[in-house]
Amino acid sequence: MRIGTKRLRTVALAGLAALALATSACASDTTTTPTPSGSAGSGTIKAGLKVTFLPKQVNNPYFNTSDNGGKAAVAEFKGVYSETGPSDASASAQVSYINTLSQQHTDVIAISADDKDAVCPALNEARQAGAKVVTYDADTNPSCRDLFINQATTDGIAKNQIKLISAAVGPDGGKIAILSATANATNQNAWIAAMKTELAKPENSKLQLVDTVYGNDDDQTSFQQAQALLAKYPDLKGIISPTTVGVAAAARYLSGSTYKGKVALTGLGTPNQMRAYIKDGTVKSFALWNPADLGYLAAYAGAALASGLITGKTGDTFTAGKLGKFTVGDGATVLLGDPFTFDASNIDQFQF
Amino acid sequence: MAEFTTAGSTRRHPAWSVLVAWDTVVIVGVVLVAVIGSATIDGVADPRFWRFVTLDVIPIALIALPMTLIVITGEIDLSVASVLGLSATVMGKLYEAGVTALPVLIAVCLLLGAVLGALNGIFITVFGLPSLAVTIGTLALYRGLSFVVLGDKAVADYPIAWTSGMIRAIHGLTIPWFILVVAGLAVAFCVLVYLTPIGRGLYAMGNSVDAATFAGINVARTKFWLFVVSGTVAALAGVFWTLRFASARADNGSGLELSVVAAVLLGGVSIFGGRGGPIGVLAAVVLLGVLNNALQLAYVPANTLTIVTGALLIASVVGPNLVAIARQRWRRRRRPGAPPPAAATAPPPAAVAAAPPVAGG
Repeated sequence: MRIGTKRLRTVALAGLAALALATSACASDTTTTPTPSGSAGSGTIKAGLKVTFLPKQVNNPYFNTSDNGGKAAVAEFKGVYSETGPSDASASAQVSYINTLSQQHTDVIAISADDKDAVCPALNEARQAGAKVVTYDADTNPSCRDLFINQATTDGIAKNQIKLISAAVGPDGGKIAILSATANATNQNAWIAAMKTELAKPENSKLQLVDTVYGNDDDQTSFQQAQALLAKYPDLKGIISPTTVGVAAAARYLSGSTYKGKVALTGLGTPNQMRAYIKDGTVKSFALWNPADLGYLAAYAGAALASGLITGKTGDTFTAGKLGKFTVGDGATVLLGDPFTFDASNIDQFQF
Repeated sequence: MAEFTTAGSTRRHPAWSVLVAWDTVVIVGVVLVAVIGSATIDGVADPRFWRFVTLDVIPIALIALPMTLIVITGEIDLSVASVLGLSATVMGKLYEAGVTALPVLIAVCLLLGAVLGALNGIFITVFGLPSLAVTIGTLALYRGLSFVVLGDKAVADYPIAWTSGMIRAIHGLTIPWFILVVAGLAVAFCVLVYLTPIGRGLYAMGNSVDAATFAGINVARTKFWLFVVSGTVAALAGVFWTLRFASARADNGSGLELSVVAAVLLGGVSIFGGRGGPIGVLAAVVLLGVLNNALQLAYVPANTLTIVTGALLIASVVGPNLVAIARQRWRRRRRPGAPPPAAATAPPPAAVAAAPPVAGG
């Protein structure tokens, strides 16, 4: 007995120790090192800035694209890029990652917030430790970040989406529905509210919004929600899905169903995910900004802050590499530009 | 160790026999990870690291205490994270409606948690339904109710005194004071499990409901109160969560039940009941918290972290079983004529045999 348990315990302990060692060894391997390539960028940005992207969730194609844009920018100004974040997009999941970043003395935190309030105390603690906080894609409370990189204005997106669905549904109008991400997503809710305002205008009176459903930015849930919408409203004429996961899932459902070509679909999607559905006629057009540009701009804005080139006050200007010059607007925001519409005529020019 | 060599060992309190085996492994694991982490990862030795670890593990540790007892009896409560969410949203809604006395809010939340737990308990003990099915149902039901209460809104404008007060450090330390509440509850649960007849009764019903009933233990009543306690403690975690993150939302704590069950299993509690105890579970909560935070600090990607947690979980299921099998073999060898102590290895028929292994977390 004594020998038996002792041996077992030794084996178990050795296993644990090995695991701990293996993981810490693996840790040092994965630390990102500065990439030597890239152009000079802006000569006045400090070299060696630690820039970390903290998306709503990792392994999401949209954030992979945006964060790779940030990575390219960081390589240009010779900083140290890394990306970290939770694997699920639930509220407050990001807080422990922010705490880690503040312990690592990160210079720039570029974050897309899952919960605009829950991350605030942690972000402010990181700022007290010297970090500059730039939000992109989804903002936090303005009191806990230095700049918000706005991909497009809420009104701009709402107008664009209603214009696209109106054109796709046709002059007779009809019932439409919205397939959103999570019920708590700050940006989604702002867009939906603005779309409702837009729909209330007389020129859109023939479009009737009958329902808003949530696919939780999960492919399968979004697919099922699209299916459920058409079961519930057989006379539905169109779906707006202002989320890349939702619009791709809805397009996949429509293209394989009898509703293909009869029910219009638009939304915010990426060209790579939507190309097949544009080509087979399921979707006429959809919109998006370029997420890679968004990450790229966020990295440059954060670096400009951390280098002391700007403070984030209205009217500050900085140069973001290939994207050119940007001016800080009211409420410490920087606008990337208008949403861009993709259709059969231009989709092949884009690869992201 | 010497006691194990006597035939009388089976009469000892069942918790002790596991305490000297798997619990020790987990505790040593915590120490190893802390020591190796401090030596190799920049920042682990920093007191701030331990502050953040403590803040992360408090809700899990709280909920894991009653969960440990429930799993020991062969049941499970998967609705805990939804109880947390619902108590958070009710707290937010009441605050928004003008209830600004914190003691009142806390009392209402705890009462609500007790009621939600009692509902689980009634379904399980009065109607005799399996707890796995009942609490999967209430997991969805209570989460749904949270969305009814607050919708997609967040209530976030609590007084700074509440929010920073909740995470204030103990004087002279970096560790938040709320850990004392957890410690107090931990002591109470340990005394209950390790030192009282009630604790012995939990193991008895985990091993065989029939035998426990014949031994004069009121199985239904005990289980009912365990679920009430579980709901109440989950609601307390909801209050902590709301003020710690300064945000009451319907999705507060979603998925947390998996972290709790992971810690309970890693702590050496058998999913079939009858084995394990709170000391091992608390050590497992700390182990998972320290490991996660330390690896994050070492720039380990989130995907790798999930793999590490998963591997640990599998080790936790395999480990205690190996120990038990080895012990049984040894006993047979020592006493060839004696019948094997069946309860130590084979899951009893009354246990939740359908319980799937919880992966990830």
